[in-house]
Amino acid sequence: MCGIAGIIYRNGSGDEHQVGRDMTAMLQAMKHRGPDSTGYALYRGDEDTFVMHVKLSEPNDRDPDIDQRMARQRAEVEQRIKAAGAKVHDISEQERTMTVHFDFDGDLKAVADAAERVRHTEVLSLGRHLEIIKDLGDAETVSEEYGLGKFTGTHAIGHARMATESDVDIANAHPYWAYPFPDVAVVHNGQLTNFHDWRRRLTRAGHRFQSECDSEIIAVYLAEKMSQGKSLQEAMTDSLTELDGVFTYICVTEDELGVAKDMLGAKPLVLYEDDDVVALASEEIAIRQVLDREIETHDPYEGEVKVWSR
Amino acid sequence: MSIEDQVAEAGAPEQPKMDERGLVELDDRVPKQAKIENGRATIEAQDMTTRKINAEIKWLVYEEGVKEITVLNPRARHSLGVAILARCKLRFEGSLGYFGCGLIDGPEVEITGRVGWSVAENMMSGTVVVEGNAGSLAGAAMRGGDLVVKGDLGARTGIDQKGGTIITLGNAASMTGFMMQRGRQIICGDVGPGLGDSMYDGTIYVGGEVAALGIDCVPGEWTDADTELIERKFEIYGLGNPPELKKFVCGKKLYNYDSLEPSERKLVL
Repeated sequence: MCGIAGIIYRNGSGDEHQVGRDMTAMLQAMKHRGPDSTGYALYRGDEDTFVMHVKLSEPNDRDPDIDQRMARQRAEVEQRIKAAGAKVHDISEQERTMTVHFDFDGDLKAVADAAERVRHTEVLSLGRHLEIIKDLGDAETVSEEYGLGKFTGTHAIGHARMATESDVDIANAHPYWAYPFPDVAVVHNGQLTNFHDWRRRLTRAGHRFQSECDSEIIAVYLAEKMSQGKSLQEAMTDSLTELDGVFTYICVTEDELGVAKDMLGAKPLVLYEDDDVVALASEEIAIRQVLDREIETHDPYEGEVKVWSR
Repeated sequence: MSIEDQVAEAGAPEQPKMDERGLVELDDRVPKQAKIENGRATIEAQDMTTRKINAEIKWLVYEEGVKEITVLNPRARHSLGVAILARCKLRFEGSLGYFGCGLIDGPEVEITGRVGWSVAENMMSGTVVVEGNAGSLAGAAMRGGDLVVKGDLGARTGIDQKGGTIITLGNAASMTGFMMQRGRQIICGDVGPGLGDSMYDGTIYVGGEVAALGIDCVPGEWTDADTELIERKFEIYGLGNPPELKKFVCGKKLYNYDSLEPSERKLVL
């Protein structure tokens, strides 16, 4: 079933808005839609450095020497991205992941590829603004583990997952970053039926996929279209006819947030918008967690694409 | 002192109790906090759980004999005002989430805000009037009564409808009246593609543009009975003058039934 949510503050700098806390409240209210895993794509305000989140192991990893292996992975990732030309400022460690802040001139794919060359390692997100955090458990569990309550930023999307098509682990949890395009992420509620076709097409175009999840292709599909010069709105409009299945998905870039609904309108979405904030979620009860007053909301119709920018 | 007495003495816990799976444990004690004046009751639902709100409504209707209930601050929660099987007036000051006022038989419900998916699902009789918009599947499998939405409707309105009337002053999305079997829908605005797809029977009136008709849905012939019905319904709910409407019915091209029992069919073949 899955629950998706998004919020974008259209004014003000990234320091004023507690998007981490907001998204946690929204996702926690939709815990019943998906208790398997929770994921966030959060956008921090203007920063000079790049931030990269790297996954080192899965919670169900059976390796008996997991601690030693992860220590090796951490050292090796640092060494490889430095060799690729990144000026590393800061590295922080979480239980199964690491976060690297760095400076870099050139094609970011080189840094992402360098990190992923280490075995068992996956780059979850990379960009100036985007930070993807995903793990098993409900929103409050994940938020506490990664200290998201203090995260300030401009916009965010989130996902409470009920696994239907693939495993319950971090690799198959949303949101998906559009590897290797910086600052593009997607959450999706639904099933894609022509996902193998698109995966083959995109693989031939040189993209790599880490999971078996059908939703992963949406992020890469959109980023590929945008790299060919299309706007987010145009790319999402194309997806309505080129992607087959039932879906409602939210895509975010550095300064835009867009939502698309399939031609059947099979998956729910409730929308609230005013001049300051746009909030959308699978259920209105989630929006009420951040706007606790009587609000005018509506459901977008089938085949609708909407994009807001800040 | 028994455990029940100890629990009763400690009073209602502030947070609902969770079992080890993180699910809310059944707590069906009725709060009995509603203010009752002159046969009218007001429930302040701000901090009550869904289960408590519904238990309170049922207690008021069935045990206290209250005929007019106002629920304040429903806060878009799901499954409120469900399964009430008695005549009463119920007013929600705010919005409801999914499955609002489903499985009801008798109440006159007024909702001042918006409703989510599946409002008045499986309604047997009574009325539900929504001032705002409604989500998809409004009046799904409805058997009787009237559902009036003054805003817009989502997709698949009145899917599997078996009776009653659905009225909207706004637009409706795709697959409106999908597999409808009986009853009426009056859509004053535009409708999306697939109107009346695979409908068996019943009537759909549309005021605006039809994006595309569904399979086996055809324009119907207007009669005086149609005019009478629409004028009567608009007058009851104070909806002003009805717009000019077009009528759509089942084309019965998909009727491939016979009246033979399986054993009889064998004999014929």
